[in-house]
Amino acid sequence: MEGTLQTPGIFSPRLLIDISYFLTAVLFILGLKRMSSPVTARSGIIWAGAGMVVATLVSFLYPGMSNYELIIAAIVVGSLIAWWSGKRVAMTDMPQMIALYNGMGGGAAAAIAAVELYRAAFANAAGTPAAHSNVVMTLAVVGGIIGAISFSGSLIAWAKLQGVLNKTVRFAGQKFVNGLLFLGSLAVGAIVVLHHGADPMHVTLIFALALLFGIAMTLPIGGADMPVVISLYNALTGLAVAFEGFVLDNAAMIIAGTVVGSAGTLLTQLMAKAMNRSLANVLFSDFGSGGGGAATAVSGSMKPIEASDVGVMMAFASKVIVVPGYGMAVAQAQHKVWEMCQLLIDRGVTVKFAIHPVAGRMPGHMNVLLAEAGVPYDLIADLDEINAEFETADVALIIGANDVVNPVARTDKSSPIYGMPILNADKAKNVIVIKRGQGAGFSGIENALFFLDNTRMLYGDGQKAAAELVNAIKAAG
Amino acid sequence: MTGIVALYIFMLAAFTGYEIIAKVPVILHTPLMSGSNFVHGIVLVGAMVALGSAVTPLEKTIGFVGVLLAAGNAVGGYVVTERMLEMFKSSGARRTGGGH
Repeated sequence: MEGTLQTPGIFSPRLLIDISYFLTAVLFILGLKRMSSPVTARSGIIWAGAGMVVATLVSFLYPGMSNYELIIAAIVVGSLIAWWSGKRVAMTDMPQMIALYNGMGGGAAAAIAAVELYRAAFANAAGTPAAHSNVVMTLAVVGGIIGAISFSGSLIAWAKLQGVLNKTVRFAGQKFVNGLLFLGSLAVGAIVVLHHGADPMHVTLIFALALLFGIAMTLPIGGADMPVVISLYNALTGLAVAFEGFVLDNAAMIIAGTVVGSAGTLLTQLMAKAMNRSLANVLFSDFGSGGGGAATAVSGSMKPIEASDVGVMMAFASKVIVVPGYGMAVAQAQHKVWEMCQLLIDRGVTVKFAIHPVAGRMPGHMNVLLAEAGVPYDLIADLDEINAEFETADVALIIGANDVVNPVARTDKSSPIYGMPILNADKAKNVIVIKRGQGAGFSGIENALFFLDNTRMLYGDGQKAAAELVNAIKAAG
Repeated sequence: MTGIVALYIFMLAAFTGYEIIAKVPVILHTPLMSGSNFVHGIVLVGAMVALGSAVTPLEKTIGFVGVLLAAGNAVGGYVVTERMLEMFKSSGARRTGGGH
């Protein structure tokens, strides 16, 4: 009997690692849960961050590890660059920054797969194939492909939103070529699995095809749809991480990756729904390109108004609803707008902010931008809460928003935005639109709201116009 | 762990992720996407193991890039999420803190 029971010591590295990973998984899930309410959100990211620190530190204790100096160097360099860029990025540029960090995660998952697959391939080429099961090899290949797609696709998404890449590339038979790239990558992957790693050339080919597919798939998607795509890549990276977690027998990666994969999938669907599109429509049609459609021409004229008149109108109103759009953030007008609202609130005017799900560059982005300016979140209402209230509002102030208040979405079946839920700003007694010029919006669609009888146009830069309104309200006495 | 246990973990984690997000207000969609982006930065521990076990120069190079990217994902994801969430305040907090 003696010697058969090999109980590991309490402080064996493996046990410590397992317990720490378990703790990390718990902290991640609780952290995400806390992040789903504005009251506890701040503490949520700190909990999740603590989990990450624990998991990272304990991973140094893995038995049989070497290359410590390389690991530490890579962590330090990667962290410093990310810390520096994350601290200085403007809130308006947040979506593309998330895309960039997400792409890095996908690339890391692909790198793990590449190390494993190249090792198997070189061993096989040398005549000593490793004893990997087909399941593990399949998961490594699939995770690697998904990670690579997420990597190159996210980089294209970043380049497009950042304005580095302005072209939307389309050509005949594009979907066919894309399909060929994807299936090709899978086919070569199957060869690698079935032949115990095949040879290094095959492994290289898997990743080359997957990277190309990520680029080719993202290039034709227009800027307006990019947030949905970024969210999709976020979910894909999670999935890739989970798959590589299976390969490395790492429970923390499996759990965290899967949670993100499923949460991200749901988030992607919510975003697509908020834009009244299906995911397939986003990925395979060409709406968000800025081309727009040949909708029915809008008749009537735009009627201008002076800031002083608007100031008086709002100062003596009982209820004002502000509808901000991405244009407000670009003009950096949110601080002035909030200053204006505070003056109104102090006069006893009820002020609310109406946020369309796709105001800003992604759902919730506008809330972040308003929060940055100091607007309390309980003054901010989303579409379902606020739409019934426009009828009781004296003034709807539209600043930098366009398509999300365009009534043709309700009426004109030929319009590309027909059916999209909009904010019913046109139902307010008076509609004031702050706008730089007379051009059409992000999607290139003419806005019928601007031509209504109860609409007045306040032309000018958002920040300047807001400053004029502040003065006008002060002067209203 | 055995394959079937791994499959159970996968299934339960998938439901957990779905339940966490299902009731989230739109106001938090962007920070939450950023937060989940941070969470898959856990790929860092896998990349560390991959680089730690690397022998050939090719493995070391790929492993190094992997750890670099993963650290960027984790740290960058944390910094931007924290910056966004830091700004969410209720009007009650504004009155006590802002003097209005």
